[in-house]
Amino acid sequence: MLITCPYCGPRDVIEFTYQGDGNRQRPQPASQDLDAWNAYVYDRLNPAGDHNEIWQHSGGCRAHLRVVRNTLTHEISSSGFARGDHKAARHKLEAKS
Amino acid sequence: MAEYSALSLLKNAFTGNKDWKPAWRKPDPKASYDVIVIGGGGHGLSTAYYLAKEHGITNVAVLEKGWLGSGNVGRNTTAVRSNYLLPSNTRFYEHSMKMWENLSHDLNYNVMFSQRGCLNLAHTPAQFDDYARRGNAMRHLGVDAELMTVAEIKRLVPALDVSGSARFPIFGGLMQPRAGSARHDAVAWGYARGADRRGVDIIENCEVTGFLRDGDRITGVSTTRGEIRAKKVALAVAGSTGRVMQLAGIDKMPIESHVLQAFVTESLKPIIDTILTFGMGHFYISQSDKGGLVYGGDLDGYNSYAQRGSLPIVDEVMSEMLALFPGLARVRMLRSWGGVCDMTMDGSPIITTGPLPGMYLNCGWCYGGFKATPASGWCFAWTIAKDEPHDFNAPFTLDRFHRGLVIDDKGQGATPRLH
Repeated sequence: MLITCPYCGPRDVIEFTYQGDGNRQRPQPASQDLDAWNAYVYDRLNPAGDHNEIWQHSGGCRAHLRVVRNTLTHEISSSGFARGDHKAARHKLEAKS
Repeated sequence: MAEYSALSLLKNAFTGNKDWKPAWRKPDPKASYDVIVIGGGGHGLSTAYYLAKEHGITNVAVLEKGWLGSGNVGRNTTAVRSNYLLPSNTRFYEHSMKMWENLSHDLNYNVMFSQRGCLNLAHTPAQFDDYARRGNAMRHLGVDAELMTVAEIKRLVPALDVSGSARFPIFGGLMQPRAGSARHDAVAWGYARGADRRGVDIIENCEVTGFLRDGDRITGVSTTRGEIRAKKVALAVAGSTGRVMQLAGIDKMPIESHVLQAFVTESLKPIIDTILTFGMGHFYISQSDKGGLVYGGDLDGYNSYAQRGSLPIVDEVMSEMLALFPGLARVRMLRSWGGVCDMTMDGSPIITTGPLPGMYLNCGWCYGGFKATPASGWCFAWTIAKDEPHDFNAPFTLDRFHRGLVIDDKGQGATPRLH
């Protein structure tokens, strides 16, 4: 399986570390909403088909990636920086440009 | 006279083996049952068997998507052990072990259970101490466990590289002498025959496509062979748990499906007469009665519903095998395959009522479901019949994650690929 890293191009899966379900929403650190924390830590979508997931290119540029991969065929339909979704990081990127 | 016995073998030999009954019927589904068990694998079949045997509930259907035993009960590496650290796991798996010890007699079917022991290798003093702790925890609960020195290990498994120049020199080990292996197909067939003879309908090639509901309550299933109603619907679908729960409208579960590979070599003369696990990686090996070495390692490591694996793990498992047994370098591998494992967030299973009224759930076996087959079915049958868990499976609830009562034997946290 090859995963395309925006920096490094298509690389073998052994260079990446799997970080699981990318649909989980981490509550704000100060949140005391137990259900939201429990859902974030323990509940997973686990679909048979396209799965939105996070990988880290730990054996390469160490970027975190958001990958959509089919769990039945392992076809990857999209990959990109996970930080694109992250508010703080996006502000930084926008400030630079 | 039992149906299978030395006498019946002899009698049928004289009549040309023409009078054997099929081990189970091929009935068409009825319109309704008292209990429907979804999943004709080891756990589903044993559940049906104990519902009939222990609780007198015989109006039961087992629905199987493919053919009987085509999932994980025929894909595992057949290890049976009860060497856990935490009391709720140890009690449950030890109950299972005791059932294994009498299973062939109980089923009147030879499951070829062979108590050849399971030896966990330790490679550092710290790991040896950790095994001593686990062994003590086991012995506290009446389970057998013995620490072994390198000299004893060398005598037991002469082919093992116990030299100081090994990549990970062996420091000692923890042995459970009563652990062993069984013939997995025979377990499925034995339970199927036992359930069938007590009146259970085993319906193959019957895939569940949805649930029938009355409000919240589950009242039956729609299948590729029509609608079937039931007072109680029980799920024992292992790696497909996520998919089947989605049919019931439950999208999120504390489960991820992962693929686990297993391998078998060509037949060799007896070389390993125990089950051996590597302590510096994840690797386990035993030798089948036919002589093939049966072994496996880690999960592929990412969500998968494909019953096949990828090459990086093949490479890793082979290198682990050679780290222990350099002499096996030229042995040829015959087959490899994959099974989909329902990995929970704490590595322990779920056997419970609910989560919807009329539904019962048995899942989350990670990659240790085979050894649990008898106790899983026994506890699940109890839970279905009495609408409450037995003491043995009371800790294995679905809501334990949200209530802070996780049973995390390995201490890995909510990272299913590491359990």
